[in-house]
Parts: sequence; structure tokens; C-alpha cells
Amino acid sequence: MTEAAVFSPDAYPRISRKFRLQWEDAQQAWVLLYPEGMVKLNQSAGEILQRCDGTRSTLDIVADLEQAFATTGLLADVQAFLGMARQQHWIEG
Amino acid sequence: MSAQHASPASPASSLTPPGPPLWLLAEVTYRCPLHCVFCYNPVDFAHTPDELSTDDWLRVLREARAAGSVQCGFSGGEPLLRDDLEVLVAEAHRLGFYTNLLTSGVGLTEARARALKDAGLDHIQLSFQDSTRELNDFLSHTRTFDLKQKVAAIIKDNGWPMVMNCVIHRLNIDYIDHIIDMAVELDAEYLELANSQYYSWALLNRDQLLPSREQIERAERVTNERRQRYGDRIRIFFVVPDYYETRPKKCMNGWGNVFLTVTPDGTALPCHTARMLPGLSFPNVRDMDVRSIWSDSEGFNRYRGDSWMKEPCRTCPEKEKDLGGCRCQAFMLTGDPAAADPVCDKSPSHHKVLEAVDRAQRGEPLLREMPLVFRGPEESRRRPKLHGEPIAQDQDAAQAR
Repeated sequence: MTEAAVFSPDAYPRISRKFRLQWEDAQQAWVLLYPEGMVKLNQSAGEILQRCDGTRSTLDIVADLEQAFATTGLLADVQAFLGMARQQHWIEG
Repeated sequence: MSAQHASPASPASSLTPPGPPLWLLAEVTYRCPLHCVFCYNPVDFAHTPDELSTDDWLRVLREARAAGSVQCGFSGGEPLLRDDLEVLVAEAHRLGFYTNLLTSGVGLTEARARALKDAGLDHIQLSFQDSTRELNDFLSHTRTFDLKQKVAAIIKDNGWPMVMNCVIHRLNIDYIDHIIDMAVELDAEYLELANSQYYSWALLNRDQLLPSREQIERAERVTNERRQRYGDRIRIFFVVPDYYETRPKKCMNGWGNVFLTVTPDGTALPCHTARMLPGLSFPNVRDMDVRSIWSDSEGFNRYRGDSWMKEPCRTCPEKEKDLGGCRCQAFMLTGDPAAADPVCDKSPSHHKVLEAVDRAQRGEPLLREMPLVFRGPEESRRRPKLHGEPIAQDQDAAQAR
């Protein structure tokens, strides 16, 4: 699908109602929970998805991450991840 | 759909501590209004002593959550027969579990649904119940359809995602197109078409329930056509009966790896049916806390990793893939719980699986010769306690030792 390649920098992604995002101490990871299942997220995925609250645009999220991790040039990676996350129905927007 | 997403740790050796028991299955009662011929509850369930109290269950939920459990399934029997279900769901929700109710729908009134919603229930899996009378109802789209339609509407009205589950077998597999259409009509997000697995009551009825290869192939074809037709409207899972495979399933995603079942009397098990295994005692949540049960008990450690394996598993290049298959199936068909699962064509007992398949292929008119055994307390009481009694002991078991 082409959707993955074109996640808009101006969109306001939020976690889909079909999933619940939460931090799990026992796994030291963010997880997405859904009926009878779980996706264990790696650190970058967790950092991105915990910022998908519907009030921040893709660009806001990127700026926030770049500041938090004292780096630059994350836009392409974040867009690619959000595109994949939308394909998986983890996020809407 | 439960196991494959749960990112299991690498197979544990006796030295590696296990990951957390991510999945807690709370079998809150064996009582059930239904009499399904494929039920996986033990055939001697009527001998089970007292059910855990509300306080016991609340403690189990807290201990399991502290040990890292995150998915909680309320199952049975019919869990709605416990009138404290709302209390248990509320506590599980408060603790941060994702809460699942696995029900036949019988007893799910609007009032009960509202109370469960208020308690924080996240999801309902609605199964088709199935007995001969109801199967007839189902096939003729009468009473069962009415009940399911009513309950499904209640589920959707409360905004729950809905998984529909239908156990598939020889007697209903040819109607799989109707089953799929019904699930779509009822607006289910997911449909599990789970071929019966041959344990407990289903094993008693295996010859009547095992479909032929042609039936399975047709059902898979029809399922694929419906997937094309309905696209994103519904996700359909089709589980083939393992008797038609040549390698066993990685049962429970590994023994003591992800799953923890607590039975109505408080026995903690690595899978629903493990209590049948001989020479192995399982701890009770009345005597031991969940974390110790999971990490330290003999019952949970016995078949972790691969050091318990015998040939042909021990030196098999694929042993990590399936961990030797299912311990219960190995025991039921060979008498030895440490043998290779006879579904594997490397097992010296594989012929037992082939013989069952062969009978299914011949399609003898079994129903007339051998009546189905319906699950029920009276039938169960007539049966001796089965603990440690293999179903089919033979020469192979002795050779495998």
C-alpha cells in the first residue's frame, strides 16, 4: 500500500480506539493492547506513540523528539513509522 | 490470535528465569448451561471441589498483575454464572489489565452488560454454542441466530469490540460460508474459525468431529473467497486441526512461557488441560502466591526449555520451532508426556494420528454407531477421575522411554 509512504506532517495522529497504549513495568516497554493480544513496542516506537494524543501534529512530535533526544533529522523516520502504524490500524488521523 | 502477538522470550533453559505470565486465564467456574461435545474442560470436572471465593480471585488478580500479567481472560464454563463477575472485572480493570470476557452469551442481559461496561470490561468474545439441537437451530437460522443477534447487538451498543468464535468440526464445517456471513451481519470485528482440538470431551467424540481433508480444503477455499469479498470489514482466522499437519504446534507458545491458567478450584496450570498429566503436581493459588507458582513450582518448570526432551526431539533441528509440540497430546496418544507430539511425522506414534485421519477420510456413518457424548455434570460424574490415565497406551510409549 502507498499509504505508508505519505503520512502527512500536518496530521494529528492519535491512538486508535481499537488499541490501548500503556507502559508495562514488568516488560520495561510500552505495549499496545487489543482483544486477546498485545504488541510489545521497541523504544523508538514507544516514544513516538506515547506522543500521538491527537493534540500534536507530526511536526510537533518530531520537534519534541528531537529536543528530548538532542538530535535532528527525525522527520522521515517518524513519517515512515506513522505510515506503518496507520496501516496496522494502531493510529488514526 | 492470542499467542502469536505476545512476543515470547527465547526458550528458557532451567537456568534462565522465565518472562512474565503475560496471559492470565481465569476459569472462574466449570458450571455451564451448555453441553458442547468439543468442550476442553476436563471430562471429570464434576469432581472439582469448591470454587474459589471472590476474595481469592481478587488476590489472584493482584498477584498476577504484580508478576507482570497484562491480558486477563474471564472464562469457564460460563463465567456469567458467577454473580461476582462485575467485581472481578472492576478490580482487573483498576489494576491495569486488558480485560476479556469469553462467553456463550447466555445470561448477557442488557443490565448485566451495562454493569460490566461500568466495571471497565474491554472486550467480549462471543462463541457459538453447539449441541445437536442447537446445531440444528443454527443451521436453520432460528433460535441460535436470534440469541446471537440479540447479544451481539448488546455488545455493539456498549461500544465493545467483538470477536466471534466458532469451533469448527465435521458436523458444521460444510456450513462455514453461513457462519462467516452471520458474523459479518452481526458486525464482528474478528472471527475465529477454530477447528476443534482433540482434548477432553472433544477427544471422546473425535471420530465424529474430525473433518475429512476434502472438507478442510473446501472450508479454507470458501474462507479465502469470503476474505476477498469482505476485505477490511472483518478479520477471519482459520485454524486447521493439527491432525492434518506433519509438524506439531508450539503449544501455548511454550510451556510456562506466556500462559497461566487458574482453574475454578484454584489449581494453577501452564495450559487448560495440563492437569491430566501424570507424575506432576500443580500448585494451588490458595497455598502459594502467583509469582512463586510461575517461577519456582515443579509443575511450571518441568517442561520449560528443552532439557526434558527425548528423541526424536532432543536432536531435532526444528526443536526450537515447536518445542516438541503439546505435552497433553503426547500423553493422551502415547502414554508418555515427554514423548514427541504424535502429530509430528518423526514421532514413532504418528500412525495413531494417521489412523484417526484415515477413519475421517473413510467417513463411516459413525453417528449411528457411536452417539456423541455431551458435556454435562451427570455424564462427568459417571466418569472416574482421569488424572494420570492415558487414553491410548501402547508399545510406542515403552519404546520411547
